[in-house]
Amino acid sequence: MKRARIAWQGGIHEAQPHGADQLRLADGRIVGQAEVTWLPPVQPRTVFALGLNYADHAKELAFKAPEAPLVFLKGPNAYTGHRSFSRRPADATYMHYECELAVVIGKAGYRIAKSDAYDHVAGYTVANDYAIRDYLENWYRPNLRVKNRDACTPLGPWLVDRADVPDPMALRLTTRVNGVTTQEGSTADMIFDVPTLIEYLSSFMTLSPGDLILTGTPEGLADVRAGDVVDTEIEGIGCLTNTIVDDAGWFGAAGQGAHAQ
Amino acid sequence: MTSKPLPLAGTVYGVVMNDRVSVARLGAAAAEAPYKGAPKAPVLYIKPANTLVGEGAAVRLPQGEARVEVAATVGIVFGAPAARRTPADALETVAGYLLVADLSLPHASYYRPAIREKCFDGACPVAARVVPVAEAGRLGDITLHTFFDGLPVAERTLADLVRGVPQLIADVSEFMTLQTGDVLLVGVEYQSPQAAPGTKVRIAGGALGALEFSIAEEAR
Repeated sequence: MKRARIAWQGGIHEAQPHGADQLRLADGRIVGQAEVTWLPPVQPRTVFALGLNYADHAKELAFKAPEAPLVFLKGPNAYTGHRSFSRRPADATYMHYECELAVVIGKAGYRIAKSDAYDHVAGYTVANDYAIRDYLENWYRPNLRVKNRDACTPLGPWLVDRADVPDPMALRLTTRVNGVTTQEGSTADMIFDVPTLIEYLSSFMTLSPGDLILTGTPEGLADVRAGDVVDTEIEGIGCLTNTIVDDAGWFGAAGQGAHAQ
Repeated sequence: MTSKPLPLAGTVYGVVMNDRVSVARLGAAAAEAPYKGAPKAPVLYIKPANTLVGEGAAVRLPQGEARVEVAATVGIVFGAPAARRTPADALETVAGYLLVADLSLPHASYYRPAIREKCFDGACPVAARVVPVAEAGRLGDITLHTFFDGLPVAERTLADLVRGVPQLIADVSEFMTLQTGDVLLVGVEYQSPQAAPGTKVRIAGGALGALEFSIAEEAR
């Protein structure tokens, strides 16, 4: 089963796909997918993200593959839903998407063995882990100013049950910018696979329902600019759409320069 | 002693290299590889939900670990969302201050995010009560004293922050919104004192009260 969380008519609802363009709410209402506000399909607790977890991407960034997982964390300000906007600030010269398989934890665990890891997975969704490279610094790199900006981590559209994804380690990832394919890869090429990541993280901290692991991205980075429509798609999981806006598109003309007065 | 309930509901963010002592301790190394220059933006990290424990907790270290750094610090507790604030209006978003002990497995490098080192279960004991701004007085007048088993091991003033509270809120909220209930720690000293399992820790912070917890004998 796949399900979304949406806002519709002043309420927050769980919804399931109904045909190609509609959603079905729990009470039977049918609404158009383009009419609702999509929220992240789960309310995340702790969100982990992986850097350099595909050998080709590590090479692309001129790093050798890490010996232990390179993990960083995100905060709730970063998350946004399907069909939302992400802001490219005026001073940025290189902002890139990252299509990532997001693992949603469904059962708590500490010191989980690799062989038991999938028992702790509720399902999967797609993440687009935007980065603005202008702000990279060599202090707790990748630093939060690069990776934890407001609404720069779209999640969705669906939470797909684990049972419906027989082999999460053999899924095709594709990113399209304005319909043109710019990034292609396979989850088969992860350096640290999903069971290894669950074992590693739970070796020192308790994983809990609602925790998300964003498993990293393959090669194929490209700069995105205001007006670009970015589709990050994972085979069998979903296609997450996001649109880049500039400061005027984000704040409106009156809101630029300072916080709301 | 059982631990007390947490007085916070939001996300806890922290910052390193935000006091003159840390900057001096790292010294010339900041200019060299891997850093290649002093930090420009605040150097932030997150203490996730699993790390938060209340007053009186017995914190068990991960398997194989026999030392933990205990860094006394203070959390700015937000009473309103802080987004794109200027130093002049940043303090309007602050509800109060909270005494916090940021625990880390010893690590000398700030190059990569220190997830294992800073995010093990129980790695962020917090005091039982948020002290309202009016009651806390000026942070710069406060000295934090750390005791292990009753003996003083460290003291630090909050008068030597590189970015004071208004500037820190302005520089962080430039790119990320701090929500009501979130906490932003004002900084931890590089290479704070290390405690062994079995240590009883007390942090006293003047108008901010005190925080007590222990490092359990047994690892998790």
